[in-house]
Amino acid sequence: MPNMRETFLSTAEEIVDTDPDVAVVLADISAAQLAGAARRHPDRVLNVGIREQLLVSTGAGLALAGLRPIVHTFSAFLVERAFEQIKLDLSHQDAGAVLVSYGASYDMPAEGRTHQSPGDVALMDSLPGWTIHVPGHPDEARRLLLDSVPGDGRVYLRLSAQENASPYFGVGFQTLRQGSRGVVVAVGPMLDRVLAATEGMDVTVLYAATIRPFDAAGLRAAVTDAADVVLVEPYLAGTSAHCVAEALADVPHRLLGLGVRRDIEVRGYGELADHDLAHGLDAGSIALSLKDFLR
Amino acid sequence: MTTTAVSPGYADLPRLIALMTGDDKHTAAAQSTVDVLWVLYDRVLDLTPATFREPGRDRFLLSKGHGPMAYYAVLTAKGFLDEAELADWSTVGSRLGHHPDRRRVPGVEISSGSLGHGLPIAVGTALGARACGHAGRVVTLVGDAEFDEGSNSEAVVLAGRLGLEQLTTVVVDNQSSSHGWPGGIARRFEVEGWETRTVSGRDHEALYEAFTAAHPGRPLAVVAVVEPKG
Repeated sequence: MPNMRETFLSTAEEIVDTDPDVAVVLADISAAQLAGAARRHPDRVLNVGIREQLLVSTGAGLALAGLRPIVHTFSAFLVERAFEQIKLDLSHQDAGAVLVSYGASYDMPAEGRTHQSPGDVALMDSLPGWTIHVPGHPDEARRLLLDSVPGDGRVYLRLSAQENASPYFGVGFQTLRQGSRGVVVAVGPMLDRVLAATEGMDVTVLYAATIRPFDAAGLRAAVTDAADVVLVEPYLAGTSAHCVAEALADVPHRLLGLGVRRDIEVRGYGELADHDLAHGLDAGSIALSLKDFLR
Repeated sequence: MTTTAVSPGYADLPRLIALMTGDDKHTAAAQSTVDVLWVLYDRVLDLTPATFREPGRDRFLLSKGHGPMAYYAVLTAKGFLDEAELADWSTVGSRLGHHPDRRRVPGVEISSGSLGHGLPIAVGTALGARACGHAGRVVTLVGDAEFDEGSNSEAVVLAGRLGLEQLTTVVVDNQSSSHGWPGGIARRFEVEGWETRTVSGRDHEALYEAFTAAHPGRPLAVVAVVEPKG
């Protein structure tokens, strides 16, 4: 089955083939895969070369001219390298775009720190009004991309090499398991390992592929007398902690934020599983964290 | 008897600019651009308050947002703004700030202030106009010191390679770049395949000719040289 990146590229190709208002902007990454689409639509499938600032600015200019841009490269280069362009050329101009990243926090572990982007969602979260999708399955990625194209909103779609076995297409937090000792929120690719970690535990498991806007009402509804909340996010730990605090402002609660660690830079190569372990994001580590917190 | 209202002209610009006080640091920036802005709005661009929302319009993107007094004065002279607004500029009640905001001021194509954004956005806008089949031209104004920002380089290269004929960049050169552009700033554009003209930024006829020079299949760079920043 195609992974999220392959699914995105084939879906983007379908979109530009059928919608003359959509343009795809690339900075070399994935340009080879979209070469056929670029030949068919040379004015709307644009590769700016290895120029990420221009990548985002070009998307903004296309939007100001009336097109709907899909802007894509690796997460570290799209969000972190070109962040001022995202802040000013898109947000401040009030120009719409669909930003699609691949690489997530550490999807290319052998490439080292330069290709890691655990802070991307926190950065995007510093700008008002962005919808942030973190799909957990290629089919979700396809649906979320198709849903993001109409309109002129600002959307960040974060694709990953990590995925769950099954897609979930619901809106807001979806309750996948009901319990009474706490609420565990699994975001995107964290779901299957959260389900494994909570096997046999008396907890509610909520799932979201869309983390901004944050489904405060959904969380509020899931919280029972035991207002213990655990966030399991595939990016910087605690990125959504302020949303939980706001949702539960008048409810005494405890919160544990699991995710990519903030205290050190994990300086190593290896496989995805090695980095999951280093950040405590494998099923076994998550289970230990939950048992310790929900004791 | 009928009377005909006389629109403000070039001679009114100093008076309009003088209404905006309090941004002394950028007075030189405002003075450096006034002739270029006037020629563009008066004779080159097809852009009026009646047409500025049409998809196929000409577009002017002020990249060098510092010292926008000349810009606001020209917009006022051309009917986009009311003269009565100018004196209150930069106050909390005004929509006119030290850097223009496109969401607040009709006719302002981009919000600017941070340098090195207008030319890259203009590349995207020109590409968008081309994809949409619009013939309107896209003109962006940058400063020679602003050109220090590396983001401009990315845009100059791509626009040259793609032959973005609809795009014009005007560089107002008051020699304020810290490390300068030896041999002239036009060389940076020429080497990337742009058509270039270097003219006096005070000579209206020379500016007009430069802006209207034919440049088939290539973007156009007009370097408008003005007196050095004091």
